[in-house]
Amino acid sequence: MNPQRPETAAASAPANGWAIELEQINKRFGAVHANKDIDLSIARGTIHGIVGENGAGKSTLMSILYGFYTADSGTIRVNGQVQSITDSSHALSLGIGMVHQHFMLVDNFSVLENIVLGAEDSGFLKPSLDRARKELDRLEHEYDLEVDPDAIIEDISVGQQQRVEILKALYRGAETLILDEPTGVLTPKEADDLFRVLRTLREQGKTVILITHKLREIMAITDSVSVMRQGQMVATVRTSETSPEQLAELMVGRRVLLRVEKDQAKPGKTLLEVQNLVVKDDMGITRVKDVSFAVRAGEIVGIAGVSGNGQSELLEAVSGMRDQASGNVILNGDALSLKGDDGAARARAAGLAHVPEDRQRMGLVTNFSEWENAILGYQNSSDYGQGPFLDIGAAKKRAAEHVKLFDVRPANINLKTSLFSGGNQQKIVLAREMERDPDVLVIGQPTRGVDIGAIEFIHNEIIKMRDEGKAILLVSVELDEIRSLADRIIVMFDGVIVGEADPASASEGELGLMMAGINDKAAAGPGAAGQETKP
Amino acid sequence: MDLSAILSILDATIRLSTPLLLACLAGLYSERAGIFDIGLEGKMLAAAFAAGAVAAITGSAWIGLAAGMSVSLATALLQGVAAITLRGNQLIAGVAINMLAAGLTTFLGQTWFSQGGRTPPLGEGGRFVPINLPFANEVAGVPIIGPIYYELISGHYILVYIAFLMVAVTAYVLYRTRFGLRLRAVGESPKAVDTAGISVVKLRYQAVIITGLLCGIAGAYFSIAQGSGFGNNMTAGKGYIALAALIFAKWKPVPAMFTCLLFGFLDALQIRLQSARLGGVEIPVQAIQALPYVLTVILLAGFIGKAVGPKAGGVAYTKER
Repeated sequence: MNPQRPETAAASAPANGWAIELEQINKRFGAVHANKDIDLSIARGTIHGIVGENGAGKSTLMSILYGFYTADSGTIRVNGQVQSITDSSHALSLGIGMVHQHFMLVDNFSVLENIVLGAEDSGFLKPSLDRARKELDRLEHEYDLEVDPDAIIEDISVGQQQRVEILKALYRGAETLILDEPTGVLTPKEADDLFRVLRTLREQGKTVILITHKLREIMAITDSVSVMRQGQMVATVRTSETSPEQLAELMVGRRVLLRVEKDQAKPGKTLLEVQNLVVKDDMGITRVKDVSFAVRAGEIVGIAGVSGNGQSELLEAVSGMRDQASGNVILNGDALSLKGDDGAARARAAGLAHVPEDRQRMGLVTNFSEWENAILGYQNSSDYGQGPFLDIGAAKKRAAEHVKLFDVRPANINLKTSLFSGGNQQKIVLAREMERDPDVLVIGQPTRGVDIGAIEFIHNEIIKMRDEGKAILLVSVELDEIRSLADRIIVMFDGVIVGEADPASASEGELGLMMAGINDKAAAGPGAAGQETKP
Repeated sequence: MDLSAILSILDATIRLSTPLLLACLAGLYSERAGIFDIGLEGKMLAAAFAAGAVAAITGSAWIGLAAGMSVSLATALLQGVAAITLRGNQLIAGVAINMLAAGLTTFLGQTWFSQGGRTPPLGEGGRFVPINLPFANEVAGVPIIGPIYYELISGHYILVYIAFLMVAVTAYVLYRTRFGLRLRAVGESPKAVDTAGISVVKLRYQAVIITGLLCGIAGAYFSIAQGSGFGNNMTAGKGYIALAALIFAKWKPVPAMFTCLLFGFLDALQIRLQSARLGGVEIPVQAIQALPYVLTVILLAGFIGKAVGPKAGGVAYTKER
């Protein structure tokens, strides 16, 4: 063993030996030093977590290990042997498989074809497919990873697609499996299934490297954990000897409050009311079925649910992006007319601001600079010019104020928004919507893909708005987020509100059942907190 | 209309759809690999010129064909370098090829042969001759089946048989071989191919090479099989029609064959109708000649439904970050 290895808990030689050893890995992209003298050893047969904020260098490091990039300097040992991994097929031949955050599957291929792709036995397909079918059957049983080999990828759920990715790696004989943010796209149930699979893999002697920013997952499943910050490895510790608070502090470099601090809500009059709303999606399928609820001034109503159960369509209808089939959206006592392409503009004018779920597709024009994005949706306001002319000076001045108030980094209003990190992009959208002082804020996935430090900031801003007496409708697939922010939780399943819960008293299990559509609990009513303000 | 008239239209259909079919299959390979190919026309034209010129000089149709295929291949590789290696815009690369071919063939033709851009007429051996299949003469007398075999199936240039054989070969390659699986994958999700340890660039070049070779045969067909020597702009937009047929066939080989036969049929009908009169008024030749093109527009606009091509089509592959 290398005597220079930093003194860390996991550094003493493990019983099963090291699966992977990285020494002094360096990688630069132009001026960015993405990996700085990284040392990392991963014991065989363990689940090793790697945490760090976006841009900390986790993915770069794993891409080096997987042969997607080549390190500028440093040594990689696989099973004790020094290797220079030149490309991903080389990594695969060394038994290193990777499940990417965005799946590397061909959507219109069958499961079997995806598994065989790149690992064919010969020029003709049939023998390969036959062998893969048999082998798949064995793997499915061994690791409890059921999936229909003939299903087409685009027809199966995201959780199933992830299984295909894992099977793909196992089929290629992976001994070490790297998973990059595997739970970002999964429902809580699917995440539990995944963890069960990972434990089985560990029992079978496989090594798992789990990249995530969710500390709860690290605590729940890993044996040891490494923390990266700004391209450097700041610590490697045994999971049992650390705490989420300590990890968060290591990640961010300062103390972070993981729990949202907020006072009791003081709800006032009803500001937003949704009555019997029915919404259809682009295919004409009814996604929101006769939904009614109300949001009062000074409260946050959270809509929980597994993604794809109508929350997105609900958000889009309320904010005027999608026509409702029937029903009303009432703002401050007046029914909003949201039909037509300018529905969103009318909603904004009436005082309903919207932070869309997908900030890159709907919240920003990523090819535009920061200041241009800072006025999008409000570009016709008299603050930013007269008639057809844009007052660029005023717009830039306002943008600079936003950047300062929301601590957007880098603080450069002329930079394209595509060059900002996820958290800073979200701050740009939030600043634009919040600073217009709306009565109602409708906000989808406020912290999806956002760093821990920025999450804290965004949550505090949302609470601040609530305390200023705004009505806030929050949709998030992160149950933790809803539970910590919302004053009331509405659970949606299959386009219907299946129940309401008080975040203070409802357990995760109860909410999980409601999200799965098992609503005995909901039918009984969650008690006083489930009071709906109907006129 | 009697049997012989029908057969003669169908016979013309086969002859006229052959270059379309070859170009369409050519386009299928590169488009399935994720490279839009609007340059089919230019590659065909260049091949037609090269085949005509070389056949005229050497007096050999086969050497002419080889020359046509080589020139088309070189053109395809040029386009490949622009679209794959240099990650240029594929549409513009294709348009550039078309313009280059249109200008260069006329210019070189005039410089070399001084016949207004034409290549000299081909003599015996310089062009392909129709081949009679076995027993064609013997069964010609058998009612119905005889004429069909003699007129329709037998008596075409060898390139015609190659074209239709290529349909089966392409279908087999695409769906039953490792290369086909990878080809289809790289047009849909090059990232998946890359992470599976397969070179996206190599795969796309392989596709472009096949496209070049098939376009070469298609081009040669114009000048040294169907025609006798190269004439200015002799492909007359067939490359674009082949592209339309490819989209209409949703990038599948067997539907591509039927679509090309349909377009070929329209063309055959057009020739047949050229002296047709409507209510005592002669229909202008130009109007009838425009018919296949007009129908192409109508078919594409109205009947095709939603044509979803290979998802990664038109996008050069760059490793992320």
